[in-house]
Amino acid sequence: MRRALGLFAFLSFIIFLLAAAISLRPFGEPPHAEMDTYFIEHAQEEASANNVVTSVVFDYRGFDTLGEATVLFTAVSGVLMALRHYGGKEK
Amino acid sequence: MTTTIIRTTTKILAPLILVFGSYIILHGHLTPGGGFQGGAVFASGLALLIVANNKEKVKELFDKVPLSQLESLGALGFLGIGALGLMGYTFLKNVIANSDFLFGAPTPKGINPGYLNTGGTLSYLNIFVGTKVLAGLTSIVLIFFLILRRERDEW
Repeated sequence: MRRALGLFAFLSFIIFLLAAAISLRPFGEPPHAEMDTYFIEHAQEEASANNVVTSVVFDYRGFDTLGEATVLFTAVSGVLMALRHYGGKEK
Repeated sequence: MTTTIIRTTTKILAPLILVFGSYIILHGHLTPGGGFQGGAVFASGLALLIVANNKEKVKELFDKVPLSQLESLGALGFLGIGALGLMGYTFLKNVIANSDFLFGAPTPKGINPGYLNTGGTLSYLNIFVGTKVLAGLTSIVLIFFLILRRERDEW
Protein backbone atom coordinates (compact mmCIF):
# COMPACT_ATOMS: atom_id res chain seq x y z
CA MET A 1 0.00 0.00 0.00
CA ARG A 2 2.72 2.45 0.97
CA ARG A 3 4.71 1.40 -2.08
CA ALA A 4 1.79 2.05 -4.39
CA LEU A 5 1.29 5.46 -2.78
CA GLY A 6 4.95 6.29 -3.22
CA LEU A 7 4.91 5.21 -6.85
CA PHE A 8 1.82 7.29 -7.49
CA ALA A 9 3.38 10.38 -5.89
CA PHE A 10 6.60 9.85 -7.82
CA LEU A 11 4.81 9.50 -11.17
CA SER A 12 2.55 12.50 -10.62
CA PHE A 13 5.55 14.64 -9.60
CA ILE A 14 7.40 13.56 -12.78
CA ILE A 15 4.39 14.43 -14.92
CA PHE A 16 4.10 17.79 -13.21
CA LEU A 17 7.79 18.53 -13.83
CA LEU A 18 7.54 17.49 -17.48
CA ALA A 19 4.48 19.68 -18.02
CA ALA A 20 6.29 22.61 -16.38
CA ALA A 21 9.37 22.02 -18.56
CA ILE A 22 7.29 21.98 -21.74
CA SER A 23 5.54 25.24 -20.89
CA LEU A 24 8.79 27.10 -20.06
CA ARG A 25 9.45 30.30 -21.93
CA PRO A 26 12.31 30.26 -24.46
CA PHE A 27 15.69 31.31 -23.10
CA GLY A 28 16.45 35.03 -23.10
CA GLU A 29 12.85 36.24 -23.41
CA PRO A 30 11.60 37.15 -19.92
CA PRO A 31 7.89 38.02 -19.72
CA HIS A 32 8.38 41.45 -18.15
CA ALA A 33 11.52 43.27 -19.31
CA GLU A 34 10.41 46.87 -18.64
CA MET A 35 12.41 47.17 -15.42
CA ASP A 36 15.60 45.78 -16.99
CA THR A 37 15.25 48.20 -19.88
CA TYR A 38 14.67 51.07 -17.46
CA PHE A 39 17.80 50.23 -15.45
CA ILE A 40 19.95 49.88 -18.56
CA GLU A 41 18.66 53.14 -20.05
CA HIS A 42 18.66 55.35 -16.96
CA ALA A 43 21.20 53.96 -14.46
CA GLN A 44 24.13 55.89 -15.90
CA GLU A 45 22.51 59.31 -15.61
CA GLU A 46 20.49 58.73 -12.42
CA ALA A 47 23.07 56.94 -10.28
CA SER A 48 26.04 58.43 -12.18
CA ALA A 49 27.93 55.12 -12.21
CA ASN A 50 29.05 52.85 -15.02
CA ASN A 51 28.43 49.64 -13.07
CA VAL A 52 24.69 49.08 -13.34
CA VAL A 53 24.84 46.14 -10.93
CA THR A 54 26.30 48.38 -8.22
CA SER A 55 23.68 51.05 -8.90
CA VAL A 56 20.95 48.45 -8.43
CA VAL A 57 22.53 46.99 -5.29
CA PHE A 58 23.39 50.27 -3.56
CA ASP A 59 20.88 52.75 -5.01
CA TYR A 60 17.66 51.21 -6.32
CA ARG A 61 17.78 48.34 -3.78
CA GLY A 62 19.80 50.13 -1.12
CA PHE A 63 17.55 49.07 1.72
CA ASP A 64 18.25 45.41 0.93
CA THR A 65 21.99 46.08 1.19
CA LEU A 66 21.44 47.78 4.52
CA GLY A 67 19.78 44.57 5.72
CA GLU A 68 22.69 42.46 4.50
CA ALA A 69 25.16 44.70 6.28
CA THR A 70 23.08 44.45 9.45
CA VAL A 71 23.11 40.64 9.21
CA LEU A 72 26.90 40.67 8.97
CA PHE A 73 27.15 43.14 11.87
CA THR A 74 24.92 40.93 14.04
CA ALA A 75 26.93 37.80 13.18
CA VAL A 76 30.24 39.45 14.01
CA SER A 77 28.99 40.93 17.28
CA GLY A 78 27.54 37.56 18.25
CA VAL A 79 30.81 35.72 17.62
CA LEU A 80 32.83 38.37 19.44
CA MET A 81 30.42 38.44 22.37
CA ALA A 82 30.50 34.65 22.75
CA LEU A 83 34.24 34.16 22.29
CA ARG A 84 35.81 37.36 23.66
CA HIS A 85 36.21 35.71 27.04
CA TYR A 86 38.47 32.98 25.63
CA GLY A 87 40.54 35.00 23.18
CA GLY A 88 42.57 37.06 25.60
CA LYS A 89 42.02 40.62 26.71
CA GLU A 90 41.97 42.46 23.36
CA LYS A 91 38.92 43.09 21.17
CA MET B 1 53.02 25.73 12.39
CA THR B 2 54.32 28.61 10.29
CA THR B 3 56.91 27.27 7.91
CA THR B 4 59.43 29.25 5.91
CA ILE B 5 57.39 28.69 2.76
CA ILE B 6 54.32 30.33 4.25
CA ARG B 7 56.31 33.25 5.64
CA THR B 8 58.13 33.92 2.35
CA THR B 9 54.95 33.64 0.29
CA THR B 10 53.14 35.98 2.65
CA LYS B 11 55.88 38.59 2.35
CA ILE B 12 55.34 38.69 -1.43
CA LEU B 13 51.59 38.13 -1.65
CA ALA B 14 50.09 40.04 1.29
CA PRO B 15 50.81 43.58 -0.01
CA LEU B 16 49.44 42.64 -3.43
CA ILE B 17 46.26 41.21 -1.92
CA LEU B 18 45.74 44.29 0.27
CA VAL B 19 46.22 46.65 -2.67
CA PHE B 20 43.88 44.56 -4.82
CA GLY B 21 41.21 44.63 -2.10
CA SER B 22 41.44 48.41 -1.82
CA TYR B 23 41.21 48.67 -5.60
CA ILE B 24 38.03 46.57 -5.67
CA ILE B 25 36.46 48.70 -2.93
CA LEU B 26 37.39 52.06 -4.49
CA HIS B 27 36.41 51.06 -8.04
CA GLY B 28 33.16 49.42 -6.96
CA HIS B 29 31.08 51.77 -9.13
CA LEU B 30 33.19 51.14 -12.24
CA THR B 31 34.32 47.52 -12.31
CA PRO B 32 32.81 44.23 -11.09
CA GLY B 33 32.92 43.94 -7.33
CA GLY B 34 32.13 46.40 -4.60
CA GLY B 35 32.23 46.86 -0.86
CA PHE B 36 31.42 43.30 0.19
CA GLN B 37 33.77 41.62 -2.28
CA GLY B 38 36.65 44.04 -1.78
CA GLY B 39 36.29 43.83 1.99
CA ALA B 40 36.45 40.04 1.81
CA VAL B 41 39.61 40.20 -0.34
CA PHE B 42 41.23 42.69 2.06
CA ALA B 43 40.28 40.50 5.03
CA SER B 44 41.80 37.45 3.33
CA GLY B 45 45.09 39.37 3.03
CA LEU B 46 44.96 40.25 6.71
CA ALA B 47 44.11 36.61 7.53
CA LEU B 48 47.22 35.55 5.61
CA LEU B 49 49.25 37.99 7.72
CA ILE B 50 47.67 36.56 10.88
CA VAL B 51 48.35 32.88 10.16
CA ALA B 52 51.93 33.54 9.01
CA ASN B 53 53.05 35.05 12.30
CA ASN B 54 53.25 33.68 15.81
CA LYS B 55 50.92 34.72 18.56
CA GLU B 56 53.05 37.39 20.24
CA LYS B 57 53.73 39.12 16.92
CA VAL B 58 50.03 39.06 16.01
CA LYS B 59 49.04 40.46 19.39
CA GLU B 60 51.62 43.22 19.02
CA LEU B 61 50.50 44.01 15.46
CA PHE B 62 46.75 44.03 16.04
CA ASP B 63 46.76 45.58 19.52
CA LYS B 64 46.60 49.08 18.06
CA VAL B 65 44.07 48.31 15.30
CA PRO B 66 40.55 49.40 16.34
CA LEU B 67 38.66 46.61 14.56
CA SER B 68 35.42 46.87 16.53
CA GLN B 69 35.39 50.63 16.13
CA LEU B 70 35.96 50.29 12.37
CA GLU B 71 33.04 47.86 12.17
CA SER B 72 30.73 50.25 13.99
CA LEU B 73 32.02 53.16 11.91
CA GLY B 74 31.07 51.29 8.73
CA ALA B 75 27.53 50.60 9.93
CA LEU B 76 26.98 54.17 11.18
CA GLY B 77 28.48 55.63 8.01
CA PHE B 78 26.08 53.59 5.88
CA LEU B 79 23.14 54.86 7.93
CA GLY B 80 24.47 58.42 7.80
CA ILE B 81 24.86 58.41 4.01
CA GLY B 82 21.38 56.92 3.79
CA ALA B 83 20.00 59.65 6.03
CA LEU B 84 21.53 62.30 3.73
CA GLY B 85 18.81 61.33 1.25
CA LEU B 86 16.17 62.50 3.70
CA MET B 87 17.02 66.11 2.79
CA GLY B 88 14.02 66.49 0.52
CA TYR B 89 13.96 62.97 -0.89
CA THR B 90 13.69 59.42 0.46
CA PHE B 91 16.05 57.28 2.55
CA LEU B 92 19.16 56.15 0.58
CA LYS B 93 18.36 58.50 -2.34
CA ASN B 94 21.45 59.22 -4.41
CA VAL B 95 21.67 62.95 -3.58
CA ILE B 96 25.40 63.36 -4.28
CA ALA B 97 25.21 62.18 -7.91
CA ASN B 98 25.49 65.01 -10.48
CA SER B 99 26.12 67.58 -7.73
CA ASP B 100 29.82 68.53 -8.18
CA PHE B 101 30.65 67.27 -4.68
CA LEU B 102 33.46 64.73 -4.23
CA PHE B 103 32.48 61.64 -6.29
CA GLY B 104 29.63 63.75 -7.71
CA ALA B 105 30.66 64.39 -11.31
CA PRO B 106 28.10 63.31 -13.94
CA THR B 107 28.78 60.21 -16.02
CA PRO B 108 28.60 60.60 -19.80
CA LYS B 109 25.91 58.35 -21.24
CA GLY B 110 26.98 55.42 -23.33
CA ILE B 111 30.37 53.76 -23.58
CA ASN B 112 33.09 55.61 -21.64
CA PRO B 113 36.39 54.61 -20.04
CA GLY B 114 35.02 55.09 -16.50
CA TYR B 115 35.90 58.01 -14.26
CA LEU B 116 36.71 57.53 -10.58
CA ASN B 117 35.10 60.84 -9.56
CA THR B 118 31.56 59.61 -10.28
CA GLY B 119 29.00 57.51 -8.48
CA GLY B 120 27.54 59.85 -5.87
CA THR B 121 26.57 57.97 -2.73
CA LEU B 122 27.52 54.63 -4.33
CA SER B 123 31.22 55.30 -3.78
CA TYR B 124 30.72 56.34 -0.15
CA LEU B 125 28.52 53.33 0.57
CA ASN B 126 31.11 51.05 -1.06
CA ILE B 127 33.86 52.46 1.14
CA PHE B 128 31.78 52.16 4.33
CA VAL B 129 30.62 48.62 3.55
CA GLY B 130 34.20 47.65 2.69
CA THR B 131 35.48 49.01 6.01
CA LYS B 132 32.76 47.14 7.85
CA VAL B 133 33.30 43.80 6.08
CA LEU B 134 37.08 43.83 6.41
CA ALA B 135 36.91 44.73 10.09
CA GLY B 136 34.26 42.10 10.83
CA LEU B 137 35.89 39.20 9.00
CA THR B 138 39.34 40.08 10.33
CA SER B 139 38.12 40.21 13.92
CA ILE B 140 36.47 36.77 13.56
CA VAL B 141 39.69 35.26 12.11
CA LEU B 142 41.74 36.99 14.80
CA ILE B 143 39.67 35.73 17.69
CA PHE B 144 39.69 32.14 16.38
CA PHE B 145 43.47 32.37 15.89
CA LEU B 146 43.97 33.64 19.42
CA ILE B 147 41.80 30.86 20.83
CA LEU B 148 43.59 28.12 18.87
CA ARG B 149 47.06 29.43 19.76
CA ARG B 150 46.45 29.54 23.51
CA GLU B 151 48.67 27.49 25.72
CA ARG B 152 47.07 24.46 27.35
CA ASP B 153 47.38 25.79 30.89
CA GLU B 154 45.72 29.06 30.01
CA TRP B 155 42.28 27.47 29.73
